Amino acid sequence: MTEEIIIAGFGGQGVLSMGKILCYSGVMEGQEVSWMPSYGPEMRGGTANVTVILSDERISSPIINSFDTAIILNQQSMDKFESTVKPGGLLVYDGNGITRHPERKDINIYRIDAAEEATKMGSTKIFNMIVLGGYLKVKKLFKLESVIKGLKKSLPERYHHMIPVNEKAIHRGLEIIKEVATVN
Amino acid sequence: MADDTISTKELIKEENLVYKKSKILTDNEFHYCPGCGHSTTHRIIAEVIEEMGIQSKTIGIAPVGCSVFMYNYMDIDMQEAAHGRAPALATAIKRLLPEKVVFTYQGDGDLAAIGTAETIHACNRGENITMIFINNGIYGMTGGQMAPTTLVGMKTSTTPYGREVSLMGNPIKMTDLIVNLPGTYFVSRQSVHTPGNVRKTKKAIRKAFEYQALNKGTCFVEVVSNCPSGWKMTPVESNKWMAENMLPFYPLGDMKVPEK
Amino acid sequence: MEEFVLMKGNEAIAEAAIRAGTDGYFGYPITPQSEVIEYLAAAKPHERTGMVLLQAESEVAAINMLYGGAGAGKKVMTSSSSPGISLMQEGISYMAGSELPCLLVNVVRGGPGLGTIQPSQSDYFQSTKGGGHGDYRLITLAPASVQEMADFVSLGYDLAFKYRNPAMILSDGAIGQMMEKVKFKPQQPRSKKSPDWATTGKTPDRERNIITSLDLDPARQERFNEKLQAKYKKICEKEVRYEKIQCDDAEYLFVAYGTSSRICQKSMQMAREEGIKVGLFRPITLWPFPYNEIRMMSGQLKGILSVEMSAGQMVEDVKLAVEGKVKVKHYGRMGGIIPTPDEIVENLKQNIIGG
Repeated sequence: MTEEIIIAGFGGQGVLSMGKILCYSGVMEGQEVSWMPSYGPEMRGGTANVTVILSDERISSPIINSFDTAIILNQQSMDKFESTVKPGGLLVYDGNGITRHPERKDINIYRIDAAEEATKMGSTKIFNMIVLGGYLKVKKLFKLESVIKGLKKSLPERYHHMIPVNEKAIHRGLEIIKEVATVN
Repeated sequence: MADDTISTKELIKEENLVYKKSKILTDNEFHYCPGCGHSTTHRIIAEVIEEMGIQSKTIGIAPVGCSVFMYNYMDIDMQEAAHGRAPALATAIKRLLPEKVVFTYQGDGDLAAIGTAETIHACNRGENITMIFINNGIYGMTGGQMAPTTLVGMKTSTTPYGREVSLMGNPIKMTDLIVNLPGTYFVSRQSVHTPGNVRKTKKAIRKAFEYQALNKGTCFVEVVSNCPSGWKMTPVESNKWMAENMLPFYPLGDMKVPEK
Repeated sequence: MEEFVLMKGNEAIAEAAIRAGTDGYFGYPITPQSEVIEYLAAAKPHERTGMVLLQAESEVAAINMLYGGAGAGKKVMTSSSSPGISLMQEGISYMAGSELPCLLVNVVRGGPGLGTIQPSQSDYFQSTKGGGHGDYRLITLAPASVQEMADFVSLGYDLAFKYRNPAMILSDGAIGQMMEKVKFKPQQPRSKKSPDWATTGKTPDRERNIITSLDLDPARQERFNEKLQAKYKKICEKEVRYEKIQCDDAEYLFVAYGTSSRICQKSMQMAREEGIKVGLFRPITLWPFPYNEIRMMSGQLKGILSVEMSAGQMVEDVKLAVEGKVKVKHYGRMGGIIPTPDEIVENLKQNIIGG
């Protein structure tokens, strides 16, 4: 199994940390992982994206230009990455701020209104965990306990009291993700 | 040899001995020009190291300039630095070997031009090192070019009509800058052109070495010196010129002393 | 047993540095490698091992701090990125000329000049062919993974001390910023002994130690240079490192190091799916370069594509290796652009197979 993912949105949405939690979840299940961020000034408030690869085998290139899954969290990223999803692949997006919805007919498309849900739940910080939950509903990559372990590993200890809230957000994500279109 | 001559061995008897070369100086002959202040300052440093009994724990840093071969004359462990970088070497050595005594020896081009950043930052961090600064207002080794400390109007091979401020800028009083940095503990400006001044310089250099053990900051001694060859004067003339021209601009004395 | 952790390449270097028993790190921040000194600052190395950590006033000061520390017999390192490494070249030359060991890390970004902060491999010439002045060589290790970023710290120190020569880890912004899982070696104690040449204070039982690269006598200076060259020859004979992937049946060959070698692995898989028998030769030591090992393959090959994130630097060594017996071409991207696996396959088809 190899899963090649791009997660793209604004800096501050937790794009990079979502990728890190995915990687740590993979490590918990003995997988090979790679996490390749965009970096530089764009990290500081502009757009941010990260390429995550999870695999049972040695990972060759950490830099790729087509993906099994694209998780898209703003319009710029939609414009840039919709076309990079492999035919038959998956696109997950948050509808918040999206003015042009995905148009591809050869991929599976799911929508998760995580920003709205996070506000309802009282913390915008858990936004990325709601998205993660939704993605893991569609792609059952790991056992949920590996994800919680991965979360623990990637959070500094002083934030460990936040784990129950994050866990709740992941569960909420599992519930609220909606299928828009599927091809298979 | 005629019978009536006295051999050196016969001549040097304990009771006749008034001066002896420090054991810290090697038998290599100084390459310095006659009358140059480097030789005297080397001797003072060697004597201080010997008198303090710190040969086995002293590490010196030689600069680039006339004193580049200092390590040929001192019987201690030494490193030769790139031009201007002696304080960087000393910083690392002292931090990695905090029990040792570490000193730098630099000229005006080394310390006050190319190595200004290293000088200022080592002193500002308060590195527990001793820095000896020889200021003779000229680049001796490369043949008498202008130094950052060359006086206004002074002739050098790159200021053949005299240093003119509008073209070449002002001479820099490095020690006056350094004395204001909170990292320095002891700062003094001395000279070696008279026996009395040699004694004062030795006292200052001894303090600058002794204070290192206190770990209270950088100890810095400027030695205003001459350059008979570069200034194109006899040794005697050069000392006179120095006293008349250099010392009014670079006045002697302790500039920062520990509070009692 | 140590478990796997997920880390950036830059962070892995920092953690490995503490565990390798580094005595001192001296550096100046620059993108894309500032995580090295940031990680060290947060990790309190002084409490863990007594290691000295200092943010210098410049790269020039940092490399000269290495000179001083190495001259005192200590395990010292710095890390920087291309413009900062350029500033260090004088000091590196002095260290080679004074035969001082140290570990340097260059997380390369695109140049020339201020260039870009994105990954590049355009410092190959600088690292392997000199960089500073004089006839000297820099042992150059090219990691291709976060694990190798960690492992090459102790390897770099071993080689540097074995040969009394600076060693460099030549990485790039991609490997520096990328996270992968990594397993660290257990903590090595810092060495209590000093090499007998180190300036630690002259004791009565030995002559004084002098660290210098200066000797104005041309005859003696020539003898010293001959000694250096003999040392470099020995390094070439003994320390070449490389990896061959699917080379046994290869008719075509990618030669690539670091990030490019990772991308070429993917290109190789894609090409082989189309029936093109291509292998990958990955130099791990860029100096000494594996000339013989590539030359020995030239009989079986129809063509070589040397892939670098540069205008074509390593390709010159690949050409030297095969001595004109095989067609060698370069493919690369510059200015911080990373080539994609499919454009490399396309180039192989057009310029090597079809060209």
